[in-house]
Amino acid sequence: MTNEQLIREAAAKLGKKVYQGPGQKIPTFRRDLQKESCKVVSLEEAIRKSGLKDGMTISFHHHFRGGDKIVNMVVDKIAEMGIKGLTLAASSLSDVHAPLVGHIKNGVISKITTSGVRGELAEQISRGLMDEPVIFRSHGTRGAAVASGELHIDVAFLGAPSCDPLGNACGYSRSENAKSICGSLGYALPDARYADKVVILTDDLVPYPNTPNSISEHDVDYVVVVDSVGDSSKISSGAIRDSKNPRDILLARLAAKAIINSGYFKDGFSIQTGTGGAALAAVKFIRESMIEKGIKASYALGGITAHMVKLHEEGLIERLIDVQSFDKVAAESVKNDPAHKEVASYEYASGMEPGSAVHYLDIVILSALEVDVNFNANVLVGSDGIIRGAIGGHPDTAADSALSIVVCPLLRGRIPCIVDHVTTLITPGASVDVVITEYGTVVNPRRPEIAERLKAAGMKLVDMQYLRDCARKIIGEPAPIPFGDKVVGVVLGRDGSVQDVIRNVLK
Amino acid sequence: MELKNASAGTFESGDILIRIDPAEKKGLEIELESSVADQFGVQIKKVISETLEGLGICDAKVKAIDKGALDCTIRARVTAAAVRASGKDVWK
Amino acid sequence: MMFIPGNNPGMMQDAYIYGPDSIMLDLEDSVTMAEKDAARLLVYNALKTVDYGNIERVVRINPLSTPYGKKDVEAVVKAGVDVIRMPKTETADEVRELEAEILKVEEEIGCVGRTQIMAAIESALGIVNAYQIASASSRMMGIALGAEDYTANLKTMRSNEGIELQLARETIVVAARAAGISCFDTVFSNLEDMEIFRKEVEFIKTLGFDGKSIINPRQIDVVNEVFTPTEKEIAKAQTIIAAIKEARQRGSGVISVNGKMVDRPVVIRAERIIALAVAAGVIPEEDAL
Repeated sequence: MTNEQLIREAAAKLGKKVYQGPGQKIPTFRRDLQKESCKVVSLEEAIRKSGLKDGMTISFHHHFRGGDKIVNMVVDKIAEMGIKGLTLAASSLSDVHAPLVGHIKNGVISKITTSGVRGELAEQISRGLMDEPVIFRSHGTRGAAVASGELHIDVAFLGAPSCDPLGNACGYSRSENAKSICGSLGYALPDARYADKVVILTDDLVPYPNTPNSISEHDVDYVVVVDSVGDSSKISSGAIRDSKNPRDILLARLAAKAIINSGYFKDGFSIQTGTGGAALAAVKFIRESMIEKGIKASYALGGITAHMVKLHEEGLIERLIDVQSFDKVAAESVKNDPAHKEVASYEYASGMEPGSAVHYLDIVILSALEVDVNFNANVLVGSDGIIRGAIGGHPDTAADSALSIVVCPLLRGRIPCIVDHVTTLITPGASVDVVITEYGTVVNPRRPEIAERLKAAGMKLVDMQYLRDCARKIIGEPAPIPFGDKVVGVVLGRDGSVQDVIRNVLK
Repeated sequence: MELKNASAGTFESGDILIRIDPAEKKGLEIELESSVADQFGVQIKKVISETLEGLGICDAKVKAIDKGALDCTIRARVTAAAVRASGKDVWK
Repeated sequence: MMFIPGNNPGMMQDAYIYGPDSIMLDLEDSVTMAEKDAARLLVYNALKTVDYGNIERVVRINPLSTPYGKKDVEAVVKAGVDVIRMPKTETADEVRELEAEILKVEEEIGCVGRTQIMAAIESALGIVNAYQIASASSRMMGIALGAEDYTANLKTMRSNEGIELQLARETIVVAARAAGISCFDTVFSNLEDMEIFRKEVEFIKTLGFDGKSIINPRQIDVVNEVFTPTEKEIAKAQTIIAAIKEARQRGSGVISVNGKMVDRPVVIRAERIIALAVAAGVIPEEDAL
């Protein structure tokens, strides 16, 4: 038998075709060929080609925080194209996303799932704007949900400060045309990996290969070039500004004192600070002690700030693990320093994986809108019942760290922060070890050894009832909020169960 | 008591701006704007009316813009506005 | 002593959380004329309602020569202030005039003798009359220097080294000690330069001042650090005090520590260090004398 006959037989047996030869060679110089990449399209084409239809789920990251431009730009275009009934799965939403109110009223967006909402959009949702409640998850829970498929994303629209024509994208740009920078793309990574279709929007299209890269061409379907993906100057403002407020400084010093005397301030410890002026500033105040005692931290996790980068560069913190860069210095550090690693949100804080970074976290310092007498914390809903914050990684870090410290002022104006019952349960009291206010520090009775150590260090220890009473004495007795019976928000716990609901507020 | 319009207070955090105008009808008419209206609206209006009544003012139109003032501050601002409006001081 | 403008309710409500030794609510220079009446009411209500704990409450009133002074006295005495700070004090007569005003109000409400006075000296004439002012009243608990007005009165300017304040500072310390009362130094308004601030605090401590006026919580730690005796100073003082106790038990009038005789000035200094240490909370109250 001839080879050709044997080949035909083998193919038939295996159910395969016979080889027909390679296609035509393309002789074009590749630098020129890149310009014809079929992935680079307009926003409208990307939306159309992605197959986006009514009722699907779209997602976005929030690395530009108050400077984000992608969400509004994309949803505006989708609305123009007449698509409706979508689920918006943004990792978080802020004041700048107020235009979504109009899109909700027009039926373009029917459901939202996110970590937090603020501003006009949040107020309207609290008053009952949407038919379906907003589903709230922590960052770690969202990462886990995207990875497991529980949160299925049809099309992800991810802004990136640099991208090549095949889709290799980064949270910074190495070119001279760089227009924006956000550093870590931690909240975009799960979406890039698991969404059915991924569209990268960039304001700096660079030649292939844009390596080292965060998002891989393998995961990207389309690349859209836009004028601006976000205003980097707006990243470090609001909850993550560097505070000079004397109250924040006082709380930060107390937090530092607690850390130093906690028993966890040993060579190789790991630490994270959440948003809020006092929490972020605490890192500054442990620096001297670290130098004096010759203690180095093995890693800082976060939420990475310029303070942490400085300590790392001084050799006081060995590694930085970054799911979100809180300022420009941190963003530049992601770009330039291999010891500063960007992680996806499921590697950061998933409760469903044995290995996420929070599992090896010794100390976390967090803020809160409210803490109640049972140590439950609320970071999402104001005491007026209006949604005004974000869950972030609060319950993730509190639960998995060896020691969690919440710093908050006793009062914010006439609003008490230490209350009988939190307005909404975000972080269960069993995860909160220490609460620090200007009027005294409380240690959870579950941690008597911590109380011993802090008392020996001369910290003023009180109990929750004392703080609650101090607050009451100063501001008086608040009347109850006029809540309705409509559920406008559902808070999911780390395991995906329903932890609490948010009711609408009547006028 | 003869009242002319007068005000006291600022828009700073922790303060309350009180504006008193002559009454258009009998009794105290209090209009309150506050970020803690749900929690403390009733209490704030109570402090305002008790303070005015204590000064002998039972008919007036009051507009209050609150930025989280505590009761002692509300009392101080209402008294200051009342003194300015009535020309009658509380000190000798 | 932390200065708080009397027309700022936000600051008056929670300044005490920073832990100054005393708080001074100001009705004078930090309040515009149009707001003197409103500020007086804010201070009155704050003093009556806010729980300042152990912090001494001081109010700086307007001079009695102004239309506001007498009403200020009435308001703050009725509110139960601890100390009235009189600005721009130049003569002992002015002190006596204030004393009479205070007594009038105290008699009315039945708490005679409750209110103390602190005189701020802010002019050349005031410095010349410092001792007379310091000893003019049994209510006088201390005198202080107001450098801004003083240097203007001298027709010069403030400098970093403070040479223009030399005579005034020394005069105030001497007058205060001669009259058996306390003395306080003036404010330092540059919040950016903590190093120069610290040097100034160390300097005035050496001169003999009991304390310093401050305008921002950030300055509290520095003043406390400088005025709190060091471990070494405390240990040395405790040794001296122990030697005294031991000498007394022996019935001996001669006290010696490490083979050296200890005279009375050394003993007095040691007692003062122990008192400061207890006040700063670095040694327990049981160890006080």
